[in-house]
Amino acid sequence: MQIKPVFVALRRHRLATLLIALEIALACAVLCNACFLIVTRVQQTRLDSGVDEAALATIKLTGYDSANAIDLNARIVSGLRTIPGMQAVSVINAVPFGDHMSTAGITLDAAGQHFGGVIDFYLADPVAFKALGLQLVAGRAPQAGDYQPMTAFLPNSADVVISRSLAEHLWPGADPLGKEFWCEKFHFRVAGVVAHLARPSAGEGGPGTIEWAAFTPVQPGPNLAGVYLLRADPRDLPRVLRDARAAIAKIAPDTVLDSQASQTISELRLRYFRQDRAMAGMLIGVIVALLLVTALGIVGLASFWVQQRRKQIGIRRAIGATRGDILHYFQTENFLIVTLGIVLGMLLAYALNLLLMTRYELPRLPLYYLPIGALALWLLGQLAVLGPALRAAAVPPVVATRSV
Amino acid sequence: MFGYYFDLAIRSLKRNKVLTALMVLAIAVGIGASMTTLTVMHLLSGDPLPGKSATLFYPQVDPSTSPDPDHDHQPFDVLDYRSAMELWGAHRADRQTLVTSSSLRLTAPEVNLPPLMATMLSTTADFFPMFDVPFEYGGSWHAQDDEKRTRVAVISADLNRRLFGGANSVGRTLRLKNSDVRIVGVLASWRPSPLFYEVAGGRFASGETADFYAKPEDVYMPFASSLEVNDGGFQPFTCWHVPDAGAKLQNSPCVWVALWVQLGSAVKVSDYRRFIADYAAQQKALGRFVHADNTRLPSMMEWLDFNQVVPSDVRLQTWLAFAFLLICLFNTIGLLLAKFMRRAGEIGVRRALGATRRAVLAQCMVEAGLIGLLGGIGGWLLTMIGLWLVRRQPLVYADLVHLDAVMFLTIFVLAVLASMVAGLLPALRASRIAPGLQLKTL
Repeated sequence: MQIKPVFVALRRHRLATLLIALEIALACAVLCNACFLIVTRVQQTRLDSGVDEAALATIKLTGYDSANAIDLNARIVSGLRTIPGMQAVSVINAVPFGDHMSTAGITLDAAGQHFGGVIDFYLADPVAFKALGLQLVAGRAPQAGDYQPMTAFLPNSADVVISRSLAEHLWPGADPLGKEFWCEKFHFRVAGVVAHLARPSAGEGGPGTIEWAAFTPVQPGPNLAGVYLLRADPRDLPRVLRDARAAIAKIAPDTVLDSQASQTISELRLRYFRQDRAMAGMLIGVIVALLLVTALGIVGLASFWVQQRRKQIGIRRAIGATRGDILHYFQTENFLIVTLGIVLGMLLAYALNLLLMTRYELPRLPLYYLPIGALALWLLGQLAVLGPALRAAAVPPVVATRSV
Repeated sequence: MFGYYFDLAIRSLKRNKVLTALMVLAIAVGIGASMTTLTVMHLLSGDPLPGKSATLFYPQVDPSTSPDPDHDHQPFDVLDYRSAMELWGAHRADRQTLVTSSSLRLTAPEVNLPPLMATMLSTTADFFPMFDVPFEYGGSWHAQDDEKRTRVAVISADLNRRLFGGANSVGRTLRLKNSDVRIVGVLASWRPSPLFYEVAGGRFASGETADFYAKPEDVYMPFASSLEVNDGGFQPFTCWHVPDAGAKLQNSPCVWVALWVQLGSAVKVSDYRRFIADYAAQQKALGRFVHADNTRLPSMMEWLDFNQVVPSDVRLQTWLAFAFLLICLFNTIGLLLAKFMRRAGEIGVRRALGATRRAVLAQCMVEAGLIGLLGGIGGWLLTMIGLWLVRRQPLVYADLVHLDAVMFLTIFVLAVLASMVAGLLPALRASRIAPGLQLKTL
């Protein structure tokens, strides 16, 4: 196949060629970045919360008098435990993907000079650690003596278990065991590290902070009541939660069940990420429409060129070109135009990524997206041109002899 | 002449139905996508109180006593109790109102419904006239109710429907936590976008600001009496020190109350600016403030902009949709070029018969405009489908999404304008066709 005649012909249609190439370039830029956005979003939804989500549910009560908190805890825990299939009932302040409860800024020194970040404290009773199913990777789990009464919104001093992600953030590269941190006068020492522990939701600093959580052993009391963690076999869990919600009306008629928050953890997780899923869905829609419009553009212009060149095609056929030659001619032409578009498109994709990086805190576009995008557009171009090219190849040589 | 060109355009469009359909489709899809996102953007970024927002201001002082090492010198987003009460109590603006939101248990003794958790706005009498809040029944409480701590409440249309089936419930009683409160007013349906008076903390939200578009509260109560009714039920926005155990929020080192003021003229604004600066200086002299120079008085729109109320996902979608529209336009340029050049012979004849270049150009532009109009109709249908899809999304602002008259017109203006821009280059090309060359090949 000779490329030179194709070039010569294209130079006679500079404007149309450039338009299609520009369209492909824009499509390439949007395609690469949209795909990257989708992958980033989907990766966020794959977060490992570190807890046995399938086996856990939560009940949240509001509207009770905090003077009755100790009595309420006792009534709820003993009442819910009698539900058949219930494996554990724990008093906890918050659950992953639920509502924020104890969020506070911490410092790495007692004087409060070295700021460590804003983290979430999971304040929980002795049942919770095992019920959550946390995976310890270093140090020890909280022991009976660690669970202290709490007179303020945090215990005065506690041995906590933190996530690996938080340990890496606070003391990069160092062994976190035995390290200390403070929240004003409240003092904490790291006794253990778990592989993962997601907090209710990421804070300032974006999705990267989702695991900045510390499991803090405490005794339930006036400052820790109203939120309960339920554990049951995943198969029983929906029924157990239903029974528990129904039982609340009898056990604690003086409270109001927060229906929105009283869900299985899987349901809360689904809700937490629905915005990301909706965005990914919308981006996929844009990509499909984009590819469709680009393909239609190629079909339209290629059809026009085929019709315009019917006579030339007839002449070529008459002087010995095969159908294959004509087919290849149009395929090569399309390949050249799309290639020009892709070269421009890669630069544009990078420029667009830089813009997104500054405005939307998006990471840098990995380079392997560019060849994948290029491949997709080459394929799209070839598919789109196939119809018009086949029609061109079907032009009979006799056309050359007509109306000359 | 326009009628003739229009007729020619219709004939031309009919001649090659596939190419016409492709062009109309490209414009329709581009317009549909961009107008869907633009409509959402328009609804979320609009002025919640047009004509009035310029007179509303948000005073800020800095009560923090901690010498924050990386202090960005931006005061807290809301006020501490004492500053808020003193600034409000000075009555130095045309109107001023305090706002803070909490939730509490609500029952209606006369209605047989299980207790529910309601959201309550603690505010003052000025709130209703200041923000043009519409009433269905009854009206606001009076300024003296703020002073006398009267147990009265205004309820939302939504709550009135849930509790009393939408009937006039003025004079009825609500039980809020453990107190009885008399209803004095019922709001008509009211859905400001965003819920401007509660916007705060946008800079900490990482762009996830959809909650600024939540529905207004169920219950409105005079500030002082609501503090008694829902004692212990208020949450601080943030604290600069850990509050003492058992301390009342009013006395703790926390910020949780917002103040809005209405200032009718530029002179009043500068006077008020001086007033809060003087107040901060006086508080520093008293030893209560450390950062006395750190006062602000943004207008409502400035405050909304500062909080970047439009969620970043919505902004991103708008950018994306316009990139998409651009691609659709390139597509249309290419197709129009093909269409006009295919008619080179016909244009050659017209030119030879005496049509000027300008006439050919006009004819081509009319045709492009007609394609735009058809694309606009398709785009309108696609926008309706797009908005329907947005409404089905689990978004707090889903119920706000609709196509208003402005956006309806924008669709067609944008569609025709876009197709005319796309048609300009092909039309210029067509008008340059040399008549002689074309006639020879006929």
